[in-house]
Amino acid sequence: MKKIVVLAKQVPDTANVTVDAMKSDGTVNRAALPAIFNPEDLNALEMALSIKDKLGADVIVITMGPPKAVEILKHSLYMGADRIMLITDRKFAAADTLATSYVLAETIKRIGNVDLVLAGRQAIDGDTAQVGPQVADKIAFNQITYVSALKEITDDYLVVERDGDVQTEVMKTGYPVLLTVTTEANTHRYPNCRKMLQFFRADLKDNFNETDRLLAAENGWIIPTYTLEDLELDEDRCGLKGSPTRVHKIKSIMLKGGDLKMYGTDATDIKHLVRDIMKDYVEVN
Amino acid sequence: MDNFYNDNRRFYLNHIDLEEIVSDLENGYHDHGAEALHSYEEAREWFEMTLKNAGEICANFVAPRAAAVDEQGPNYRDGLVSWAPETQENMKVLSDAGYLGGTLPRKYGGLNLPVTVNTVIVEMVSQADASLMNLFGLQDIAVTVNKFGNEEQKDRVLPKFCKGEVSGSMALTEPDAGSDLQSVALRAIEKDGEWYLDGVKRFITNGSGEVSLVLARSEEGSKGGRGLSMFLYERYRDNNMFVRRIENKHGIHGSPTCEMQFNMAKAELVGKRKFGLIKYVMSLMNGARLAVSAQALGIAQAAFEEAVKYANEREQFGQAIVHFPAVYQMLKKMQAEIETTRLLLYRTARFVDIEDMYERQSHRGGDVKTEQKYANAMAGFLTPLSKFTATEMANKVAYDAVQIHGGCGYMKDFPVERLARDARITNIYEGTTQLQVVAAIGGVINNILEKEWQELEELKILELRTDKDRILGFVRQLQEIVAIVTALRNKDFQDYVANFLVEIASIAYRCALFLPVAEEFPEKRALFRFFMNEAVTRIDYLVSVIQSLKDSYGESIVALKENFIKK
Repeated sequence: MKKIVVLAKQVPDTANVTVDAMKSDGTVNRAALPAIFNPEDLNALEMALSIKDKLGADVIVITMGPPKAVEILKHSLYMGADRIMLITDRKFAAADTLATSYVLAETIKRIGNVDLVLAGRQAIDGDTAQVGPQVADKIAFNQITYVSALKEITDDYLVVERDGDVQTEVMKTGYPVLLTVTTEANTHRYPNCRKMLQFFRADLKDNFNETDRLLAAENGWIIPTYTLEDLELDEDRCGLKGSPTRVHKIKSIMLKGGDLKMYGTDATDIKHLVRDIMKDYVEVN
Repeated sequence: MDNFYNDNRRFYLNHIDLEEIVSDLENGYHDHGAEALHSYEEAREWFEMTLKNAGEICANFVAPRAAAVDEQGPNYRDGLVSWAPETQENMKVLSDAGYLGGTLPRKYGGLNLPVTVNTVIVEMVSQADASLMNLFGLQDIAVTVNKFGNEEQKDRVLPKFCKGEVSGSMALTEPDAGSDLQSVALRAIEKDGEWYLDGVKRFITNGSGEVSLVLARSEEGSKGGRGLSMFLYERYRDNNMFVRRIENKHGIHGSPTCEMQFNMAKAELVGKRKFGLIKYVMSLMNGARLAVSAQALGIAQAAFEEAVKYANEREQFGQAIVHFPAVYQMLKKMQAEIETTRLLLYRTARFVDIEDMYERQSHRGGDVKTEQKYANAMAGFLTPLSKFTATEMANKVAYDAVQIHGGCGYMKDFPVERLARDARITNIYEGTTQLQVVAAIGGVINNILEKEWQELEELKILELRTDKDRILGFVRQLQEIVAIVTALRNKDFQDYVANFLVEIASIAYRCALFLPVAEEFPEKRALFRFFMNEAVTRIDYLVSVIQSLKDSYGESIVALKENFIKK
């Protein structure tokens, strides 16, 4: 295995909401939520590292995000990643999945000679599960989504289990390929103390003063960043400009338990079931 | 996400000044490269990260597996011992995260942490699964090899420890040599310049491990400690050691306790001949005693948290039982004992760090004899004092935690049942409480804490002045009663009351350590007051017990044993 790219995202910790996660205007109140490594991306990284342990490989973690996203890149280094890349530019802001996948795909093309791309199934903030598949399409890789187990891996092929709603599929494929991974796939490792020692001072170049910058460069503490220009991207396909998705409205919905209602299996009952679900949960505009 | 590196541990650790120690450990911050630390602030930042990471592993990975480990324990078959699957997973996670060489130099793959920081990690591991500490804490074997082994032994063994490829055991105890290690009989025989071990060791924690430090009689026909040497036995180099059985124990089920049969098994001498017991085992043992103190404190913390949780959840007579004075009385005592023991333990660990620092400096040719002597004496005194305090405390806390649970606490469904069993060994192994008293009493009699008391006297305390005076009063009480005991010039009497004297010293010293903390942080004052009140009554009580024993028996104290002597 030559190169494994892991797609990672820093997300608000939606599982630990302390105050209102939503502002009155319906947008996410990011300040109220601690930023964490998207959980399923950790499983993707773990899969990459375990493959590296077995076959040897260069594990490259890339993330598109604001400068603060260095936190998850450093975490990747502590876990054992070989290289990290922060793709950051104000012009990337407000990207939907189409624009995001364009940037990530172009980055992967630039890295070159990538055999395997691993990503979490979905991020806990947007829950779209679209970025992985769109990237695969743009770099013309095969893709297997919802990977719940890596059963076998060699330099020539891999075998995975894929969790569907009603069945588990076992799939075998050659390279290159992109997999999106679920939490069932593995238990991710914890940061290594020696690696923390090596990299806890890592930061963006601008955050070092003149004198420290030389020392930081010598010790590999400068986190490489890439802008739109660095990657020679088409501005029209990035950020808000490249994002056709328009969010109509975000609502905070609390699901409440109600009375139990039983439906039979005949056509009328099923019709009633569908009607009730439509009434309770589907908003028609 | 849960994290055992909680505010309380952080609070007390941040209180410990490690500046000089860390500077020495980090070569005065003169090293280069990505791993070189450049200042104390940087070092503390990294320590904080390693502690948080360890706290997260302990809370979220190790602790949820503790019940399964306890239930299953290790497996023995045909001389082969395997840990419970969950124990194996725990060790792998800790090893992958780099914790298995905590205090070992980085050139061997260790972290080069101060003992104090590592002690907090040991405490958290123990809170999660006490039995895991017995395997995790056996890093002390590696530390001993690092201190006394030759370069070849270090290069061979230490990297294996750091990578988690091997685990160790300290093979000291024999059927007829428990507390009395001077009567160790396992023979070490020299033949053609090689050493061979022959005989039996019993009750050896993880005796099935790959590396054992074995205390053996190298001087044929000798009696006593001076005929004993220390040997390094490596199972991957020799297969003439056989594990005959593992014990079926009351607690710490996760760690295999082995009976080892050596049949002319090839081993290597560590350090100098005849120094086995008097130098190396004492050093090894002190490291292990500190670790067991941390283990006890970790168990106590776990039991206390379970008790608080249960007292809030359980309702009787229409309210949560935490509202009953009989219940919160127990909880308050637990809290005060745990926090003051934490102060004592971290203080002790710091003296061990200072001792190690001067040892390194003297190796480098520094003239630090006076400082080294003092540090040795303090570490040598505080280590048994800590073990005495922490392990008895842990048993009491676990006992009361079961009590708060009522009938549920007696059932295996609740963690306190396990915690109470696990606590029970801590005041037995690595020297019973009674032996800790023997190790500490000399220091109490000779007023080894003199300098500490002096510091207390010079301490600038404004708000808690009266408390300071009270603590100085405790010190006077201690010195007066010591004078009374020694004036009697009766060894039996002195030994009889030794545990009372050591307890007074422990309480007074913990008050002295707590005082500046309470002065600086008003939020600690309520707990400080509570502990002071306990201390006043307890010390008065102990002093009057000694006094009345003297008045009633004095030199005739030996008469008290007569009923028990079988003719």
